[in-house]
Amino acid sequence: MDFLALLSPKAAAYLEPMAQKAHRLTVQHFGHTILLYTPMYLSNYCTNRCVYCSFSADHRVVRKKLTLEQVEKEAQSIAATGLKHILILTGESPEYSPVSYIANCVQVLKEYFHSISIEIYPLSTEDYARLIGAGVDGLTIYQEVYDEETYRQLHPRGPKRNYRFRLDAPERGCQAKMRGVNIGALLGLEDWRKEAFFTGMHANYLQNKYLDTEISVSIPRIRPNAGGFTPRFDVTDRHLVQIILALRLFMPRVGITISTRERAELRNHLVKLGITKMSAGVSTEVGGHYNREESSGTGQFEISDQRGVDEIRAMLLEMGYQPVFKDWQSLDGEN
Amino acid sequence: MTDKLIIGGKEITNRFFTGTGKHANNAIIPQLVNESGIEVITVALRRVDLTSPQENILNYIPKRCILLPNTSGARNAEEAVRIAKLARACGCGNWVKIEVISDNKYLLPDNYETAKATEMLVKEGFVVLPYVSPDLMVAKDLENAGAAAVMPLGAPIGTNRGLQTRELIRILIDEINLPIIVDAGIGRPSEAAEAMEMGAAAVLANTAVATARDPVTMAKAFSMAVEAGRKAYLAGLGPVKVEAEASSPLTGFLD
Repeated sequence: MDFLALLSPKAAAYLEPMAQKAHRLTVQHFGHTILLYTPMYLSNYCTNRCVYCSFSADHRVVRKKLTLEQVEKEAQSIAATGLKHILILTGESPEYSPVSYIANCVQVLKEYFHSISIEIYPLSTEDYARLIGAGVDGLTIYQEVYDEETYRQLHPRGPKRNYRFRLDAPERGCQAKMRGVNIGALLGLEDWRKEAFFTGMHANYLQNKYLDTEISVSIPRIRPNAGGFTPRFDVTDRHLVQIILALRLFMPRVGITISTRERAELRNHLVKLGITKMSAGVSTEVGGHYNREESSGTGQFEISDQRGVDEIRAMLLEMGYQPVFKDWQSLDGEN
Repeated sequence: MTDKLIIGGKEITNRFFTGTGKHANNAIIPQLVNESGIEVITVALRRVDLTSPQENILNYIPKRCILLPNTSGARNAEEAVRIAKLARACGCGNWVKIEVISDNKYLLPDNYETAKATEMLVKEGFVVLPYVSPDLMVAKDLENAGAAAVMPLGAPIGTNRGLQTRELIRILIDEINLPIIVDAGIGRPSEAAEAMEMGAAAVLANTAVATARDPVTMAKAFSMAVEAGRKAYLAGLGPVKVEAEASSPLTGFLD
């Protein structure tokens, strides 16, 4: 099958038949189920200067890092919603969020969650293995933009300038034996057709080479942020749908994740088009779960779908989908 | 004549087994199981959530059923053993279907790691039903290791492609002195019936039921097909011939 043809302008006229097939393939491989998770922001200190991100060192946003006590409070707030899968995030800061800090946080979170994934700066294989040893089982890392020239422009300074070290990070995660690796391009930074194509090629390479790792793809569209960065390329709902369908037809088994960057109504529609994982009850602020009352102004970006876990759960059941809260059993405590 | 399948000392009448995965709503499971008289049901421990009554899949399985926890998600023997022990510790009984899969693309089982896990778990007192690619030598190893049954795949999991491994399964049925339970890939009741006609002891299908438009009716159809296939096997199928057979054209003159 020609992935490029599925992403082409000509294929845009065939979205409905593509959707029918994508739906069939997704139900066959994943059933009528959607895995639920939520992100948890540990720290927003960052030495990078990504022009599209609120956490950029250039921006004067409030900086915060959770203490281990606060991590526990945050975990309790999230666990109370029934979620068992969590994605922890930090900015890139050797001073505030080194690997040792993340490992300590994981020790606390293990008591509350069965699956802990990380979305942090790229690490060496040894450091990934160290975090796996601490209890991490999944890695999310976006290349942001596959086009090298654009990547250089958008990451003017900081360790993130190293394109190659970031590009190879998902593979290092596979080699370190992550159970799941999730990649993606931040849509809107470049021509989405090219970026979606490279994302698919990257995912396909990993899936074929690392058979024991579950490969997933995210399709994040850029959202309003503190820097006021305007996306350079328009990615409409129609484009987003074409990307999802093309990915599903190209890789029937790949996981596809949709975040609360997208609005509620659109997310509801996307459930039937190939999505396998959704975030729910989201805050992009550091400590945003236990401290829901007041915004600390530390958010990474504005979310669009404000629904809580119960509302997402009810929506899925209403649509004939089983919300899955737990899809992995932590093997700790049994030898 | 009673025709019962006995595994791990338990008598099983309905030889159609199913699973709890891929359903749109867990609430359908008790109805599906009860209306088809299903007795053996497999459940992935990775999905069992003891802390949530609403989400805990075990709460949807009728108490009379034999629970067959599986080690879905295990990538090697060691992980399978740990999952099996966790399943027993959380009250899922001592049966286990070993699934060791390190290939997320085709979901083909790792026979070598599965055999290792079987050996370890039999020693720990489990009733072990290993899920394997149909391979005679591995099946013999499993038999020697003390497996309670062998579960060869008909086709890769979830593909609904039917009995693609027919010849290899036939060999296992002929050569292995354990129940052969065809698991995975069976998409239609007719394919389940065919496996039973060949002498399979039981059939397990999940995707074909869970993703049917009407899973409750599909489970019934599978139960009936499995029963029909079993009866045909017991009755002894007549020989198959390519042409109608005249009386002895070459040796008739001797009569």
